[in-house]
Amino acid sequence: MLDYLLSFLILFGAIFTFIGSLGLVRLKDFYTRLHGPTKATTLGVGSILIASAIFFSTRGTGISLHEILITLFLLITAPVSAHLLAKAALHLELNSLAKIPTKKVQQEGLEQANQTEVAQQTTEKIEPLTSSDGSQDQELAQKQ
Amino acid sequence: MLDIVLPIAFGLVAVAVAMSFWRLLRGPSAPDRILALDTLNINTIALLVLLGIHLSSALFFEAALLIALMGFISTVAFCKYLLRGDIIE
Repeated sequence: MLDYLLSFLILFGAIFTFIGSLGLVRLKDFYTRLHGPTKATTLGVGSILIASAIFFSTRGTGISLHEILITLFLLITAPVSAHLLAKAALHLELNSLAKIPTKKVQQEGLEQANQTEVAQQTTEKIEPLTSSDGSQDQELAQKQ
Repeated sequence: MLDIVLPIAFGLVAVAVAMSFWRLLRGPSAPDRILALDTLNINTIALLVLLGIHLSSALFFEAALLIALMGFISTVAFCKYLLRGDIIE
């Protein structure tokens, strides 16, 4: 029974590791390539490490916890490195299969900026008129 | 059962190592190569743990832990270099 459990875990982990690297080779874009190995290798290596922990715990030398340490470390560090890689790729502006969303946001921002500029210009146009009117009234009053 | 499964797992992980090495050589941009190095590290950890099960010796965990640590630190350093042009500012 334990043998079957161990073989299932090892085969599952090996297949997932293989699929992660297959995604790294086959996918066409850096951002899609990023999401293949970061998910699959943590699951694959995690199940292989769990199999190793079960294997060495049933050998008679007590419970072995080294594998839990490696699993925890990998689970903590995998999202951090993936985040940093994505930030580096965005910084280098790599080509993406999807449309780049920043251009649309910039256009919308420009339109909004134009609208606010127009509104400011209209208010600026109105204000000097009233002020000049007021000054003209004052000048008229002084002349009179 | 374990005697049948372990060679299959060795073969699958070895092919995974070869594929990530191909991406490391071929990768069109620098982040692709860094990602391939990271995947290579993780595949190497899987291979070492499988070897530990195969030989039933507990000598390989320290090596796997060291590779995990150094792989994470090297990935962070490479990404930092790409982002800022410098590692320690």
